[in-house]
Amino acid sequence: MRIVIIDDSGLRATVLEEGLREAGYDDIHIVPPRGGFVARLERMAPDVVLMDLGSPSRDTLEEMLTVSRALARPIAMFVDQSDDSMIGAAIDAGVSAYVVDGLRKERVKPVLELAVRRFNAFAKLQSELDEARTALSDRKIIDRAKSILMSQRGLSEPDAYALLRSSAMNQGKKIVDVAQALITASDLLGGM
Amino acid sequence: MTTDLRIAFLPLTDAAVLAVAREKGFAEEEGLHLDLVRTTSWATLRDRLVFGQVQAAHMLAPLAVAVTLGLSQQAAPLSAPYKLNVNGNMLVMASAFAQALDPDVAARLDDPLGTAHDFAAAIGLWKRKPVIGVVHRFSSHSVMLRYWLASAGVDPDRDVVLRVLPPSLTTEAMRAGEIDGFIAGEPWGSAAVDAGLAEAVAIGERIWRRGVEKILAFRTPWLEENPEVVDGLLRALVRAAAWCDEPANHETLAHLLSQPHYVDQPSELILRALSGGIAPRIDMAPLSMPDFLLFSREATPFPWRSQALWIYSQLVRWKMVEHSADNAAKAAAVFRPDIFRRALADSDVPLPGASMKLEGAVASPLAVGSKRGELTLGPDRFFDGRVFDPERIEDFLASF
Repeated sequence: MRIVIIDDSGLRATVLEEGLREAGYDDIHIVPPRGGFVARLERMAPDVVLMDLGSPSRDTLEEMLTVSRALARPIAMFVDQSDDSMIGAAIDAGVSAYVVDGLRKERVKPVLELAVRRFNAFAKLQSELDEARTALSDRKIIDRAKSILMSQRGLSEPDAYALLRSSAMNQGKKIVDVAQALITASDLLGGM
Repeated sequence: MTTDLRIAFLPLTDAAVLAVAREKGFAEEEGLHLDLVRTTSWATLRDRLVFGQVQAAHMLAPLAVAVTLGLSQQAAPLSAPYKLNVNGNMLVMASAFAQALDPDVAARLDDPLGTAHDFAAAIGLWKRKPVIGVVHRFSSHSVMLRYWLASAGVDPDRDVVLRVLPPSLTTEAMRAGEIDGFIAGEPWGSAAVDAGLAEAVAIGERIWRRGVEKILAFRTPWLEENPEVVDGLLRALVRAAAWCDEPANHETLAHLLSQPHYVDQPSELILRALSGGIAPRIDMAPLSMPDFLLFSREATPFPWRSQALWIYSQLVRWKMVEHSADNAAKAAAVFRPDIFRRALADSDVPLPGASMKLEGAVASPLAVGSKRGELTLGPDRFFDGRVFDPERIEDFLASF
């Protein structure tokens, strides 16, 4: 069974491809949704197409499935349209699936289920990455605020941090917000 | 108590009424909290609505008719009790192609019939079929472009290539030379003009002076089961629409829509459609087009059944659906003037007495029968002078 993954995020496509390979599918291709991707897809003649629901190129793909002579075969979206819970799970995970020939749904359903799990895993990975990135930049902001306090008020590092923390508690704000305000004020006053 | 309502939209200027209903408190005053879900393709917006992930959607009017008729993936009965806008589209082409048209851009835009004929001649001069981007098979843009091309004997399925691509990718596709032009809602035409990649060839409002554009779509069973929520939302939208049409608010509105979670384009570009100051070419001063985009005046939100039938007639004309009495009835039933009247019965919004009218028959502002207050309809002529009588669809189809 030939599966094409249309995706412009290298990481998500890899996460999905690995899962499919582990499940024993080996005819897998990744196509970015740009330029002449429709013609490429036609030449590949896939049995199943998996695509990110957030991709703006979905309308282009659907148009192709409607008019393409090469792919003028029965089309099913989300594999079995009567299975509402599966469809809901697919939409929530952000995956859409197209069967581009008359494949039996029993053969395709596991592919879609796996894709949903993998898309969810990717979303989790993505949000963890974002959190890590935010934490990193939060730390930088706090460090900069500490060094302003240390140089302008002659405080030690632990005292500078303690001052930031107690101000934050008094104002009911996050330390990073107080630190940011301090940096902004210091920039305005030409401090650092 | 506040009811949460999820509504999907695409990043376009004509999503303005939904954004304003949320941001300016009109929805809140009706006890509704709007969760606006930004979506980048019509296919995904349709799926979110059809499969119940959202309760309503900012939708292309022809797409709502197509989904109801079972022409677009999963069939589902949809209902549109409210029109979010009329007009707002622009056809732009690469300058190299537009050179074969009338060099006086203002004259070109004022005479869509002449420009269509010039365009037809230009196709012969071009080294290959022009590739024109449309936002969806079932879009008012596609329907209007086909109508315009055919007026000059151009067969849209044979003489040009119509390529479907989302509005947000149009500029990139022009730059890459994948398309020679496109028709889309604002601010995407203006964005391509500003990038020096294209110039205006036709304006939607000059093709059909009051062309149906986006509607607010619901799944019919949900609409029937939640009358109070629907009525409250419609009342909020009517007030938001009046706010959007007010010139004093246009700058604020452009700024609001420019934010990343709405249209995510410069407010200066968005302002053009709102204020009707359209720059047709990068080196030209804006032309004044006061009817470029309407949200409220002339009962814009009222969903005339005759307009759903006009859309249907065009789907039949281009062989996207077989004509039958049953299909026509299903298409007409997508627009729900009954719900609009029910929701606004106690307001001071003028309500038309009829649900159908001749489309394309009004040449100059016309006062019409209304349940309350004064209602004046603006000119709604088609550029070719045809009139659509919803009672005589067969005759209309035979006239092409």
